[in-house]
Amino acid sequence: MATTEKTEVKFSEARKQEIERIRGRYETPRGLIMPLLWMIQDDYGWISYDAMELIAGECETSPAWVYSIATFYTMFELEKPIRYHLQVCNTLSCGLCGSESILAHLEDRLGIQAGESTEDGRFRLTAVECLASCGTGPMMQMNDEYYESLTTEKVDAMLEEWNCD
Amino acid sequence: MIEETKVLTSRIHKKDSHTLESYREDGGYEAAAMALAMDPDEVTAIVKDSGLRGRGGAGFPTGLKWTFLPKDRDFTYLCVNADESEPGTFKDRVILDLDPHLMIEGTVISCHALKSEHAFIYIRGEFCRPYRRLVAAVQEAYEAGILGDNVLGTGRKLDITIHKGAGAYICGEETALLNSIEGLRGQPRIKPPFPTNHGLFGRSTVINNVETLANVPVILKEGAEVYRSRGTEKSPGTRLFSVSGHVERPGVYELEHGVSFKDMLNDICGGVKGGRALKAVVPGGSSVPVLTAEESMKLQMDFESCQECGTMLGSAGVIVMDETTDMVWALDKLTHFYAHESCGQCTPCREGTGWVAELVHLINQGRAKSADFDKLIDLGTQICGNTICVFSDAVFMPVMSYTTKFRSEFESKLIDSAPVHEKVGA
Ligand SMILES: Cc1cc2nc3c(=O)[nH]c(=O)nc-3n(C[C@H](O)[C@H](O)[C@H](O)COP(=O)(O)O)c2cc1C
Ligand code: SF4
Ligand code: FES
Repeated sequence: MATTEKTEVKFSEARKQEIERIRGRYETPRGLIMPLLWMIQDDYGWISYDAMELIAGECETSPAWVYSIATFYTMFELEKPIRYHLQVCNTLSCGLCGSESILAHLEDRLGIQAGESTEDGRFRLTAVECLASCGTGPMMQMNDEYYESLTTEKVDAMLEEWNCD
Repeated sequence: MIEETKVLTSRIHKKDSHTLESYREDGGYEAAAMALAMDPDEVTAIVKDSGLRGRGGAGFPTGLKWTFLPKDRDFTYLCVNADESEPGTFKDRVILDLDPHLMIEGTVISCHALKSEHAFIYIRGEFCRPYRRLVAAVQEAYEAGILGDNVLGTGRKLDITIHKGAGAYICGEETALLNSIEGLRGQPRIKPPFPTNHGLFGRSTVINNVETLANVPVILKEGAEVYRSRGTEKSPGTRLFSVSGHVERPGVYELEHGVSFKDMLNDICGGVKGGRALKAVVPGGSSVPVLTAEESMKLQMDFESCQECGTMLGSAGVIVMDETTDMVWALDKLTHFYAHESCGQCTPCREGTGWVAELVHLINQGRAKSADFDKLIDLGTQICGNTICVFSDAVFMPVMSYTTKFRSEFESKLIDSAPVHEKVGA
């Protein structure tokens, strides 16, 4: 669900120039929706309702339309982001290489189930579908980066590092 | 002992292989310069003669697809499908990450053949480094005058726009991809009209996979005849196989079409992990029918041989499963994936995939009866063919093949299953 909390969002001057540069690439104003959703997410980490209104203005459409697009895709964050979002691939090839035990280990270490966040709001654990890294499974994506050929020892070392920052 | 045939992947192990400088050192963009000096139809004819077939899944002849564009079209788009999301497939990522200019050159040549002045590259949202490198490579190409208003000094125009996906398997389906670029929900369109007539923003559009386009500079450089000397008559050229699961050395390997699965497994991938016995193989990405070990030993990796074997080469994502694999668990994983990825606009697919996943999960947990198993087979049959896109077939094929070929494993998990000894020889 989108949070209705008031947020200050705007496009920076650099972003405005970028938008003008790509506007001509899309034959309809609505084509800019995904690029603009990405810009907001890259700049603010998530997409608030106010951001959707801003995007709707640029794309000559309604905030409701922007909302329906933002929710169609799994990567757009409609809530304030978590510091460490661990997304463990649990599709077949990773499954064959032990993704379930990695997931169980993370659940155990973080004290949460897949799909939940830790109480301090720093970690979220999600089981996701194939990330096109099947030859190096088990693997996970932490925020933007891929972590491949995971073992419980490697996971422990990562948690150690992330816990300390 | 067979070895890799590195044609598309000849450069990927070099330092900074993703940069223009490195690409140019190896003769990069010479094929494009050559092609741009030719008549566009001549370029199409060469690609047609090469017998190149689409690497995205369906294996449709590329040159033939290009000739479907209406002669009197006003504007043409090329869309590069870089959404790679078929489970078990991870080869486009290698090209995007390690040799993006190869694909860009393929795009430049193809756009000339198609008389297109604007190409979109639709890249999977999760691909971070490949995305950064692709953006940088396109930027380099603009700065070097390979893209823009005066392509390689010919006075022709070509823009490339990179459009980043945001996590939806179905956007790999070509018409869903077009909708996604247009700022609509990424849901497949009813065909006809086909994209060549009514595609992106209503214009004539060709959609091709990353690997398909990466073959184009090679074809131009060496000519159709040399290109055809690799692979089989009907499946010419090499193929990037993504091998995962229970093998000693998983990875992306470039081999000639028609290579035997057995050689690929043993010589290239080091055999089944831990020397265990083979149980099952998915040869073309998760959506194609599974093969038993016995079937796979006779298999050759080309479009026709796979079809003769009752399966498909698809995206050439090879998933290997050893004797310890629980096939009910494996199907559970896959149906969970499909239930999650249905775009939801057709009722049989939306409801059916969810139901199928639930039934398989129940069976896997040992909580289902034989009536549930029958229901599963029945559902599989009903979903197929009654929908807008072939996603439903992609669900149906694994369900039917796993339940048929490994039936006893499913039956033994049913609450009311007959005792195992009664099934011997059944
Ligand atoms: C459900 C579904 C998912 C698909 N996913 C992809 C994909 O991730 N990448 C791809 O290149 N083609 C994918 N395709 C195939 C495309 O629709 C299209 O046929 C292909 O991109 C055409 O390019 P080609 O002729 O060069 O193979 C998918 C098709 C379906 C039905
Ligand atoms: S078959 Fe499924 S995925 Fe394809 S259009 Fe229909 S609902 Fe969407
Ligand atoms: S199955 Fe995990 S990355 Fe493909």
